[in-house]
Amino acid sequence: MIPLPPTAPPGVACADALACDVACFPTSGAYLDLVRAWREDGFEICADLCGVDYLGHPGRDLPEGVVATRFEVVVNLLSVSTRRRVRVRVQAGDREPRVPSLFGLYPGTEAMEREAFDLLGILFDGHPDLTRILMPEDWEGHPLRKDYAVGRVPVQFKEAPGPR
Amino acid sequence: MSDETHEKTVRVAERAELLTAETSEGPQGLRERHATDPNELGREVGAVLRGTGLALDPRDVDVERSDDETMIINMGPAHPSTHGVLRLMLELDGEYVLRTKPVIGYLHTGMEKTGETLRYVQGATNVTRMDYLSPISNELGYCTAVETLLGVELPARAVWIRMMMAELNRVASHLVWMATNGMDLGSTSMMIYGFRERELILAFFEKTTGLRMNNNYVRPGGVAADLPDGWEDDVTVICDTILERTDEYDELLTGQPIFRGRMEGVAPISAEEAMALGVTGPILRSTGVAWDLRRTMPYLAYDQVDFDVIVGTYGDNFDRFAVRLNEIRESIRIVRQCVERMPAGDYRALDAKVTPPPRARIDESMEALIHHFKLFTEGFQVPVGEVYTAIESPRGELGCYLVSDGGPHPFRMHVRAPSFVNLQAVPLMMRGGMVSDAITVISSVDPIMGEVDR
Repeated sequence: MIPLPPTAPPGVACADALACDVACFPTSGAYLDLVRAWREDGFEICADLCGVDYLGHPGRDLPEGVVATRFEVVVNLLSVSTRRRVRVRVQAGDREPRVPSLFGLYPGTEAMEREAFDLLGILFDGHPDLTRILMPEDWEGHPLRKDYAVGRVPVQFKEAPGPR
Repeated sequence: MSDETHEKTVRVAERAELLTAETSEGPQGLRERHATDPNELGREVGAVLRGTGLALDPRDVDVERSDDETMIINMGPAHPSTHGVLRLMLELDGEYVLRTKPVIGYLHTGMEKTGETLRYVQGATNVTRMDYLSPISNELGYCTAVETLLGVELPARAVWIRMMMAELNRVASHLVWMATNGMDLGSTSMMIYGFRERELILAFFEKTTGLRMNNNYVRPGGVAADLPDGWEDDVTVICDTILERTDEYDELLTGQPIFRGRMEGVAPISAEEAMALGVTGPILRSTGVAWDLRRTMPYLAYDQVDFDVIVGTYGDNFDRFAVRLNEIRESIRIVRQCVERMPAGDYRALDAKVTPPPRARIDESMEALIHHFKLFTEGFQVPVGEVYTAIESPRGELGCYLVSDGGPHPFRMHVRAPSFVNLQAVPLMMRGGMVSDAITVISSVDPIMGEVDR
């Protein structure tokens, strides 16, 4: 576990994580400041940003003081100069998940945030163009949410037309 | 046809809104300047990068240009040079590209959602279809994440088999890239040669895994089958042939003035821009950043083999070509070392909870039969947790974020597809170039739409 950068906002909970140097759990208010601090600390690349819908999850391991919400945004930062990886997990809310956009810090998160918005309905404040990216524009709902059913094609066993 | 029906079927120019309605993607598409949010315009013209202190040619900023000087055209989704179903909307001033917006989603099949309904063992079948040119890398990325959560140790042979197959796959993938890139530039002979050489590798894949593509060969806990008898000879022949022919293609393309004229100095990108946009893989290396996860964050046994990380200097089309061409040679070096040093032993972990028992054991052991049955009906339970693992696919960092709820299905499976992120560099690279260069830009970014849309 590596220490937080000196410019990080106070009171951010940290924990060990698999295949990663440290996982931080900022509140959505401290999120942007924390990522900025990591960026100044030499994390040049935002490798990945994705959302998770924890509806129906039996309970995840969070450090003390972090209030679990249904939606979580997970950011994986990568430092090319020091060969480190850091994960930032921010609790985004239950009803209307909303976090600040990282677009000003890492322009490369533009498409990833759009994907998280499209598939999970997480809103990113300050994103220049928060539109659907994978689904059609007139699609209703956010498919990766846990309360969004998986589509099925019914298999017909009886009364199926025979060969010819 | 009477005049009356003719009028109904043909859209006349006075009803232009019909055309717009039928081709519009709504707000996803590229809109005219007056209808575009200044913020978004800034993003599209790369002003964002300038705002973070990165250099952009000041003469290049043309936010004030009016709509009647420019034209927005569509390229794709069925354009032959878009490598699948990429749709680009280009704003042109004459022959020059001002703004570009990739419109994606035409191949979206909901693989991440499907992944949540499949068991961990089945998951590899799903992810292998994402990046259809390098299926082994996808499976490897996914299985690495599953194994990290499970804490399974792999036998040495499984590790080396995976490494060899992944490198052969990288060669095949780069050969297809050389082929399609050649075709985009009008060199149709390169197209035929590239696919011909790739077929050698695919034939070996078929012999080993049973399938040419979408192999489902790398499974959690090891690989699906051992290498076939006489594999050393097959692989050596592949290495010798491809290495020899790589030199010929090098001569054919690098030595050709037209090819160089269209590649050199076209669409450069700087290291800062590439990193800010999250670009990885050959494009990042072509800008001079020696970032290759095989070397910098080694997985499998890449720290035990000898190879060079190829870097470029200018980050232009030609550097991206040169990096990929030389990566073929380096991959062949790794494959040769795998042939020499392939350890004996099991090709999968002998953990009855994760991998199926050997076929012969099922006939004689009740326990093995039960394990086999349980594994393929229930699957195995993965401890609660979450992990992000990354490997170097032919296109860059392929990451897999897995969340487990302790059950036999992933609770959430997210794949960080390198092409998806790399595609964001396209508007920046195309800016200020000609339409004909736009074709080479798409080609040199090497987006695989199956992976972009997932």
